[in-house]
Amino acid sequence: MASEVEKKAVFDIDSAKEVVQELRASFVAGKTKDYEWRRTQLKAMLKMMDENEPQIVAALRDDLSKPELESSIYEIAMLKNSCKLALKKMKHWVMPEKAKTSLATFPSSAEIVSEPLGVVLVISAWNYPLLLSLDPVIGAIAAGNAIVLKPSEISPATASLLAKLVANYMDSSCIKVVEGAVPETTALLEQKWDKIMYTGNGRIGRIVMAAAAKHLTPVVLELGGKCPVIVDSGINLQVATRRIIAGKWGCNNGQACISPDYIITTKDYAVELVDSFKCELERFYGKNPLESKDLSRVVNSNHFARLLKLLDEDKVSSKIVYGGERDKSNLKIAPTILLDVPQDSLIMNEEIFGPLLPIITIDKVEDSFDLINSGTKPLAAYMFTNNKKLKEKFVEKVSAGGLVINDTTVHLAEPTLPFGGVGDSGMGAYHGKFSFDTFSHKKAVLYRSFAGDAPLRYPPYTNGKLRLLKALLGGSILGIIRALMGWSKA
Amino acid sequence: MPQPLGVVLIFSSWNFPFTLALDPLIGAISAGNTVLLKPSDLAPACISFLVETIPKYLDNKAIKVVAGGADIGERLLQLKWDKIFYTGSPRVGRLVMAAAAKHLTPVTLELGGKCPAIVDTLSTTPSKAKVTAKRIVGGKWGPCNGQACIAIDYLLVEEKLASALIELLKKTIKRFYGENIKSLKSISRIVNEHQFQRLVNLLKDPNVADSIVYGGSVDEEKLVIEPTILLDPPLDSEIMSEEIFGPLLPIITLKNIEESINFINSKSNPLVIYAFTEDETFKKRILSETSSGTVTFNDSMVQFLCDSLPFGGVGQSGFGRYHGKYSFDTFSHEKSILHRGFYPEIEPRYPPWTDFKLLFIKLAYEFDYFGLILLLLWFKRS
Repeated sequence: MASEVEKKAVFDIDSAKEVVQELRASFVAGKTKDYEWRRTQLKAMLKMMDENEPQIVAALRDDLSKPELESSIYEIAMLKNSCKLALKKMKHWVMPEKAKTSLATFPSSAEIVSEPLGVVLVISAWNYPLLLSLDPVIGAIAAGNAIVLKPSEISPATASLLAKLVANYMDSSCIKVVEGAVPETTALLEQKWDKIMYTGNGRIGRIVMAAAAKHLTPVVLELGGKCPVIVDSGINLQVATRRIIAGKWGCNNGQACISPDYIITTKDYAVELVDSFKCELERFYGKNPLESKDLSRVVNSNHFARLLKLLDEDKVSSKIVYGGERDKSNLKIAPTILLDVPQDSLIMNEEIFGPLLPIITIDKVEDSFDLINSGTKPLAAYMFTNNKKLKEKFVEKVSAGGLVINDTTVHLAEPTLPFGGVGDSGMGAYHGKFSFDTFSHKKAVLYRSFAGDAPLRYPPYTNGKLRLLKALLGGSILGIIRALMGWSKA
Repeated sequence: MPQPLGVVLIFSSWNFPFTLALDPLIGAISAGNTVLLKPSDLAPACISFLVETIPKYLDNKAIKVVAGGADIGERLLQLKWDKIFYTGSPRVGRLVMAAAAKHLTPVTLELGGKCPAIVDTLSTTPSKAKVTAKRIVGGKWGPCNGQACIAIDYLLVEEKLASALIELLKKTIKRFYGENIKSLKSISRIVNEHQFQRLVNLLKDPNVADSIVYGGSVDEEKLVIEPTILLDPPLDSEIMSEEIFGPLLPIITLKNIEESINFINSKSNPLVIYAFTEDETFKKRILSETSSGTVTFNDSMVQFLCDSLPFGGVGQSGFGRYHGKYSFDTFSHEKSILHRGFYPEIEPRYPPWTDFKLLFIKLAYEFDYFGLILLLLWFKRS
């Protein structure tokens, strides 16, 4: 046993340095910049998912008890679509973009050229361990970078499956998976990267950005927040309820950054809403939701204890109107709804990330905007209403990463929308072309010719030159004529 | 939909104290933010002007200017901002970003670097050679006497053309700025004693001093250093490893101009690479084999005027960009918005999940309409 322990290599600062050096050599040699290389890697990723779907579903079941439908759709199918989109559109994405030139630089032509940043680090989260690992990697490959992926140790089965599959299917001289926990991540963060993308919580986000600051490395932080759902009256309540349930308990049992965290509705409508929830929840998960196979479990005992702490707080536990059951040995908590918990309770002051749904009531729907804006900016905000004016107000007043009207979470699947946070919910965005852009440097290029060199620019400087230059930069033809004639003021 | 980020902090530098303060301010205002501007204390007359004049013309409740030194800057960085925009050195850039990390504040860092100019056009027509010389001289000593992030830092030229280049440069310098340090005109001075000493120290190394081929005179009282050209100073000297930010122009000679690409790549990414060349293949190589914020062919400085080009660095020269619409974007949050109707509803979204629902959604995801029809007609099974 002792010799086995000795043989297992420790991934320390030196190992991290070596990895970066190897990847940098591959990058400098031009391997990842090559367009065909990018295509083969993306195709290999597709093949990897096609050929290993049962293993992936099994690993996700191990880590999260994730139902097969969630694994197949939210992880695998979404990734495959993302890959296919990149394969289809990459030839357009890599083309330089023409830029307009003005009188100030006449004659000239200008363009913006996308180039890879170099060697990038992707640190992903445990709740969608496949999607949040590989989706950024797709963007990084399409943009031509070399990549280290550090999956979360809280989903170990998926992490080691990823390490194995990526090594088998993809080019290990350019794309590596490093498994591990805090020491390994710290070793990686000490290195100089050309970009770091982190998905997770704000506390670690700060640590990542502070480490990046030492090397002036730009970062993308995909964090979380309390995503509110405003529910107005006069809507199709059944559909709205189902969509909220799908976004809450249907997304890894509430353990998702864009899961509805809490609901705001009017005092008058609350009872109807609660009844609708009770009805639909039973239809979806049966009378004994703890036994339902269609719900993920809570990921581990730490989070289980954390959630119970939120639920069992004195002023909160009396507000449960549905659910509240728990099964410690299986790490399951039943879908739980609470009505009118106090604003200063724990459950209303931290991101829940679990199957508990508080409903806050207010007098008028419009009051909800101020309530949301009084907290930190969330990753997403949702509103169910048929009132056009309210929709407009919602869009204008609420600041969040992304907004959805009359549904929840589905904007994740729309690759034309940038997916990212603002304020405490993060910085930067990705998905679709935004992934390509986030891992690229957009280099400005100006082409000038030798013709038309104006002596105006050069010293000795005179008042006449100054007048004419001002007029030229001012762009008005009349101004230029006046300056040429000596009629304008200096 | 673009939305203002909120309350933003702009740090500006001393070399272009108006442009670097007000240009980002324009972007922040147009994006709808409130702004605190902290100009560099090394340009005190300009700061006084800004502090007195901005409140007279702009809304004092939303846009403020604060004067002060590094201590004020440090205190400001302790606070929570919705964005910080910093123009200056990489050293302070790190401090700004580290402070921003505590509040998860996004930053734009406009830093510097050693901006090289590759010179490949001397063997073309004399008029082109003259224009090249003018543009190099104008791009070195024109912008604040070399104290600019986009000023040409050093030149790369083939050995055999070096002396012709130096002669041309000398002529041009004399015509533009005067015959010697006593008759120097149309040129800025060095900003302060500290920077003056730093530049003078770059020339102290005897090997560096030996490589001076023009200029080299200094006037400590007036804080003036005349335009100075050096030919092949040692590559490991400080003048070739630090950003010069002053009126000293090293010329590095190469056997073949194509070597300039490897030379540039041996240093960290600059803000701009200038290349004077008409060789289209060489231009393409420069573009694809080097990395910099911007590349400008056959001129210097003017990319700054082109509002449709993003202005910013990469690697050690910074990240983020501005000018034109990019200024607006840099101070905005692009909020994504999705509108959905209540109909149609897709039942298979909801549990309890069955094999049928799983297959339905899979097919729908792949836009396999034919498969969907078969499934619905009961002809397909998982």
